[in-house]
Amino acid sequence: MAERDGTLKPAIGESRIRSKPSGLWPGRLALGFLIVLAGGAFGGLVSEASGDWLRALSFLDARTLAIARFTLWQAVLSTALSIIPALLVTRALSRHQFAGRELLLRLFAIPQALPAIVVALGVLALFGRAGFLAEPFSAISGGRWPGVYGLSGILIAHVFFNLPLSVRLFSQSLQSIPDDNWRLASQLGMGSLAQWRLIEWPVLRASLPGVAGLVFMLCVTSFTIVLTLGGGPAATTLEVAIYQALRFDFDPVGAVTLTLLQLGLTIGIVSLLMLLGGRFADSAEISVVNRRYGSPGIGEALLNLAVLAIASAFVLAPMAAVVVAGLKADLARLAGETAVLRATITSLVLAFAAALLATGLSYSLVSTRNRLAKTGHRQHRRTLLERSCDQGAGLILVVPPIVLGAGWFVLARHFGDVFAIAPVMVVTVNAAMAMPFVVRTIRPAYDAAAERHDRLAASLGIIGYSRLSLVVWPVLRQPLMTGFLFAMALSLGDLGVIALFGSDAVQTLPYLLLAKLGAYRTDDAAGLALLLGLLTFALMMVAGRTRDRA
Amino acid sequence: MRLKLLICSTAAVMAAALLPATAADKLTVYTYESFTADWGSGPQVEKAFEAECGCDLEFVSVADGVALLNRLKLEGNSTKADIVLGLDTNLTTEAKATGLFAPHGIDLDNVNVPGGWSDDVFVPFDYGYFAVIYNSEKIANPPKSLAELVALPGETKLAIQDPRTSTPGLGLVLWLRSVYGDEATKAWSDLKDTILTVTPGWSEAYGLFTNGEAEMVLSYTTSPAYHMIAEGSDKYRAASFAEGHYMQIEVTGTTVKGAGNDLSSKFLSFMTGPGFQDVIPETNWMFPAGKTSKPLNPDFDKLVKPAKTLLFSADEVAANRKAWVDEWLNVMGH
Repeated sequence: MAERDGTLKPAIGESRIRSKPSGLWPGRLALGFLIVLAGGAFGGLVSEASGDWLRALSFLDARTLAIARFTLWQAVLSTALSIIPALLVTRALSRHQFAGRELLLRLFAIPQALPAIVVALGVLALFGRAGFLAEPFSAISGGRWPGVYGLSGILIAHVFFNLPLSVRLFSQSLQSIPDDNWRLASQLGMGSLAQWRLIEWPVLRASLPGVAGLVFMLCVTSFTIVLTLGGGPAATTLEVAIYQALRFDFDPVGAVTLTLLQLGLTIGIVSLLMLLGGRFADSAEISVVNRRYGSPGIGEALLNLAVLAIASAFVLAPMAAVVVAGLKADLARLAGETAVLRATITSLVLAFAAALLATGLSYSLVSTRNRLAKTGHRQHRRTLLERSCDQGAGLILVVPPIVLGAGWFVLARHFGDVFAIAPVMVVTVNAAMAMPFVVRTIRPAYDAAAERHDRLAASLGIIGYSRLSLVVWPVLRQPLMTGFLFAMALSLGDLGVIALFGSDAVQTLPYLLLAKLGAYRTDDAAGLALLLGLLTFALMMVAGRTRDRA
Repeated sequence: MRLKLLICSTAAVMAAALLPATAADKLTVYTYESFTADWGSGPQVEKAFEAECGCDLEFVSVADGVALLNRLKLEGNSTKADIVLGLDTNLTTEAKATGLFAPHGIDLDNVNVPGGWSDDVFVPFDYGYFAVIYNSEKIANPPKSLAELVALPGETKLAIQDPRTSTPGLGLVLWLRSVYGDEATKAWSDLKDTILTVTPGWSEAYGLFTNGEAEMVLSYTTSPAYHMIAEGSDKYRAASFAEGHYMQIEVTGTTVKGAGNDLSSKFLSFMTGPGFQDVIPETNWMFPAGKTSKPLNPDFDKLVKPAKTLLFSADEVAANRKAWVDEWLNVMGH
């Protein structure tokens, strides 16, 4: 829309907007925050290794390479197992108009918000050697069911997260096919296969690198799943190895080597994917349903039904297992335990603060980017600041929470009690983690609002707080709420930073859950998992409703 | 105006979250998780000692014994710990080398462990023997030796602990070392198929065992006493191994910081007496290493008695721990 500006006569206040460099401070502040967060972590890591480069290098041994290899291998497998079935499910979904379609897509949105530790417990409760499915599986295979510790557990959990995500992203691409194509296909009497080959596949193929790239990155940086389901040194990823180097071996230099290796890996993968045309900031908003002409034959319909049934069962089962196992726990006693209450309050307060920070920073980036875009388009070039505002929120995809945590951990060690800064670390890193999503939620609304009202507001001299409360707030309230709630759900379930910094003094729900799991209170753990799952689920539902009303 | 309300309430919430906590005259004890759990020794010890000293005893817990030493190294001189409870003799040389521990300076008359005790920094509080505990309802013929355990085909599963964090985990590494010597690597790679998972602490592994995920777990010969006395069940039993059982003596030390606190030596003396030792057998499920006021529950007599006790000296472990654990990692990591 910005290109239309040139054809309009400049309004009275426009020159003021352009000539106000002071309006850029929110973006600079937000970027400054990200730079300090990442810079501090790097500073900590480099200063730790600088005295001992030789020893740091000696960590690049066969074992570390084996870990790196496993990290990539499990990510490749997870991606393939998520993407290929996702293509089938997407097509099956798109071929039929039925009442449950919308419901299914909503179901597929849930895993994204579920804490990884809850999912890990669900997978164990279902597929473990003492799980609900152990007996039927043992009967089928004829031997004792071997359980899911190791690669199999990691893959199941990763597919649980990423198959639904991929379906949603692919469905979104299919929505972009113009109605005309379908009408034409129907007029030409194209069969199911021809439609796939000529219409659907080209669109899906175009979005394939982006979706696969995103899934691959999520699996490369997976921490909680590997920690809980990996089952020992044979199935360790770099993220888990960094955590172990710090918390098990107390070896900062080793952690630095592993961290740099991990960074090299993620940066390499992201650059490669960008070359291939992957887009990382895709949102999975699914809008209207296209009209379809003609209906698939009975054979195909049955096949599609089977595909959809299997996929829904796969997504539903671990959640159901969490609920069933959770209900067996003594929920009333749990809810009355001071440790649980304290952890719940700590979690909510930290998640609230993180969500607030994430929303504030995202808003700053979005508003500054918008301002710069207006001036920039006239000058036909994009400044470093503008590009940073555009991409800065994605930082966390390249620098995973564990790396940020590890850097600050080794740095803070020199200045006193590492565990005392736990709340600050959890809030800031979780905020950074949620930023890509929040930016995606509020940017379209902000840009639209700015386009519509900015000139009038500026000409009336409405700036500062009055602009915020009169112009921005009414329009952005709902997207901001949605972003805020999702950010809160994400940080509520996070077990990355708190695993490093957690201690008796600061316990969040996921940390307490891990501790309960570790204190042979598996029933309690199941009950807590249910509680945590319900909390994030409730936040997601509220977020979904505010979005729908918006 | 709702925006204003939002801003104000947010500020209030943030301020409330940052309220500082106050400290009283107290003794801070770092220990491992299963000690401070509701069902562990911690709560009773805390009650008994606080009644005696009129002070505040605070436990801070980490996953397991080795993690305890790591935590202390990490915190260095800024540690809050006065007392560190839960290291074992495999770690004492390394712990002394950190320079973070001070001599205990107490009378060791009450102390009673097999082989005697004369260390000037660490004081033992209990001891036991590592053993593989099995579910007798699922395993009819338990392994009768380490050799038989290692040779199991991998159908039945064993849960073990990570030697980098857990003293039983380290204990198994040392156990295999003391039996197989340089052949330990081979033994580990044979045992690998039988291992279900490696957990950070004793508690996770034992949880998987009682939960039914694993049929066997690495624990202590005294663990079945818990199931007999607390649950009236003898379905969980220790497998007696012909090669002998590796021994663990759990110890406590005063930090340099704790040496300045009068309560530290009071606590160590208290630890060797009945107030503490009476609690140990039936909450920490180990043998008492000091004076008790009453004999052990007769069920303890039914436990497996090791044919031979295995134990490396603290110096031997200190010299080789890193290499032996790395060796373990290399086997388990491939």
